[in-house]
Amino acid sequence: MTATTAATAVPASTTAGRARPSGRTSGRMSWGAAIPTVILVIGAIYCLIPVIWVFIASTKSRGELFTTFSFAPGSGLWQNLGDLFSYGGGQFGSWAANSLLYAGVGGVVSTLVSAAAGYALAKFDFRGRDLIFYSILGGVLIPGITLAVPQYLLLSELGLAGGPISVLLPSIISPFGIYLSRVFAASAIPTDILEAGRIDGASEWRVFRLIVLPIMVPGMVTVFLLQFVGIWNNFLLPFVMLSDQGDYPLTVGLYTLLAKGSGSPALYSLAIIGAAVSIIPLICLVLFLQRFWRLDLISGGLKG
Amino acid sequence: MTTSNLAPVKSTVARTAGRNGAPPKRGRIRGRFAPYLFAAPAVVLYVVFMLIPVLYAIWLSLRAYRLQSGGTFGRRVEVFVGLENYTAVLSDPELLASFGRMAVYGIIAVPLTLGLALLFALLLDVPAVRAKRFSRTAIFIPYAVPGVVAALMWGFMYLPSTSPFSYISEQMGFGTIPFLEGNALFGSLANIAIWGGVGFNMIIIYTSLRGIPAELYEAARLDGANEFQIALRVKVPLVGPAIVLTTVFALIGTLQLYGEPMTLKPMTNDISQTWAPLMTIYRDAFLTDNLPAAAASSTLLALGTVALSLIILGIVNRKKFGERA
Repeated sequence: MTATTAATAVPASTTAGRARPSGRTSGRMSWGAAIPTVILVIGAIYCLIPVIWVFIASTKSRGELFTTFSFAPGSGLWQNLGDLFSYGGGQFGSWAANSLLYAGVGGVVSTLVSAAAGYALAKFDFRGRDLIFYSILGGVLIPGITLAVPQYLLLSELGLAGGPISVLLPSIISPFGIYLSRVFAASAIPTDILEAGRIDGASEWRVFRLIVLPIMVPGMVTVFLLQFVGIWNNFLLPFVMLSDQGDYPLTVGLYTLLAKGSGSPALYSLAIIGAAVSIIPLICLVLFLQRFWRLDLISGGLKG
Repeated sequence: MTTSNLAPVKSTVARTAGRNGAPPKRGRIRGRFAPYLFAAPAVVLYVVFMLIPVLYAIWLSLRAYRLQSGGTFGRRVEVFVGLENYTAVLSDPELLASFGRMAVYGIIAVPLTLGLALLFALLLDVPAVRAKRFSRTAIFIPYAVPGVVAALMWGFMYLPSTSPFSYISEQMGFGTIPFLEGNALFGSLANIAIWGGVGFNMIIIYTSLRGIPAELYEAARLDGANEFQIALRVKVPLVGPAIVLTTVFALIGTLQLYGEPMTLKPMTNDISQTWAPLMTIYRDAFLTDNLPAAAASSTLLALGTVALSLIILGIVNRKKFGERA
């Protein structure tokens, strides 16, 4: 292993070697690979520890949770899983379904709305375009969470607060998604193609559906993932909006579980297994879709 | 000219359009309303769910309820009170204290999150480093964990009766570690934010690093710079925009501090109902039914966020235009 490190290091060190004593060069290169690797692996372990812990703790029975060493697996996994899914008449299952509904539907609709707006802002010249763009850009800076309370007040005036629709609707508007879509549309869609489509007699809607949308897919996947994770992880909006426990997403459901558990530590093991089960789908999604992310959009957008 | 360039039928358009040289002059667009229709859903939603709530909150913050006596259901009347709510809110020691706590938390969390994200991104960009895929994926995983669930997991790792750290320190004869008491609470809460935020920011900075042409490094190497100097003098300035962007995100994230202290609250007596500003706002809006005060604090919080972000972006833009000139 050391041999390969040295071999790959050779081309780089030949140029740098001229400037410094050769004895130090070989030492520097191996250190130069080892120290960063060690630091990165420490970072990786730091990030994995709570995840590993919650999976191990979820295998413990109630007694074991408080008595055995944290990283020693217990014997209560199936019992805990059974308790979790039967809690409150299967509430955990409906929380998970609700999270999926809010994040899935909200994410898809939000992506389409953002793509259409981003396309209009990037490829058309029309009156009011700058006004719309800068207003929306300003919206990026307003934390969605500080809007939750006024949004609730407004929706309750309209009689819409309380149900799932009150979580779905505000989740659809994503200034950041629109901004990213505009950046992507501006760089990825050649104006010639649009012109060609129009000259061929396609309506604007057909041009959008058959030419623009397929080109924008990579950008839309990124916007969708950001929105999906954002909605899935949101706590305050559903916490403020929803009145019925059956409509809760996982975040609010687990919170109420834990808040009740402060009185009776018996609910602790439920909260732990609930946390473990609830993070599995999202970790899988993020790992699986990692390669489709175009995060250079985010960092590239600012270069102007 | 336009027609001859664009003659190819639709199926070949995608392949040939790029090679046709200079883009043709924009033809007459038939659907003059098309851009408005495409932008309409976003604009309508933006107006209904962002603009109007903001204006509504501002309007509400300028009003107050006054109780008019009369029977068991004393009528509550809304009156215009100007900036009274703001002066009340700004002189409320509890809210000010919560802003102070948030500031301490932010001063710990933001620099450490960004510093670690930058460090990890730079290390990932060192060619000889091993275990890159593993480290990158592992550090990114917390992004997939909701803040509330992260707080729940860390909370149990802080709680003396279940904490692995306290278990070890007890075995060594030092007793439990008071993660959730006194000033340690700031570090414990900041740690949750750092844990959750490093990966996403690292990926943004790393993606930006990957976009830098390798010739720049070669030039620096020829000038005798070592990897460390290249990282510090070449890479860091070039990913400046990405760092600024992540700073803005991290600041906005700090001001939204809510779910984490709420989740830890049942585990400790040291988190009050008004620990963070948003917790106070929630209490005012829903528990004590003082909507105008909640609206005034919300407005202040949003104004603070926008001001902070604009200051940062302003500094950047000045630098950017400086480079262009």
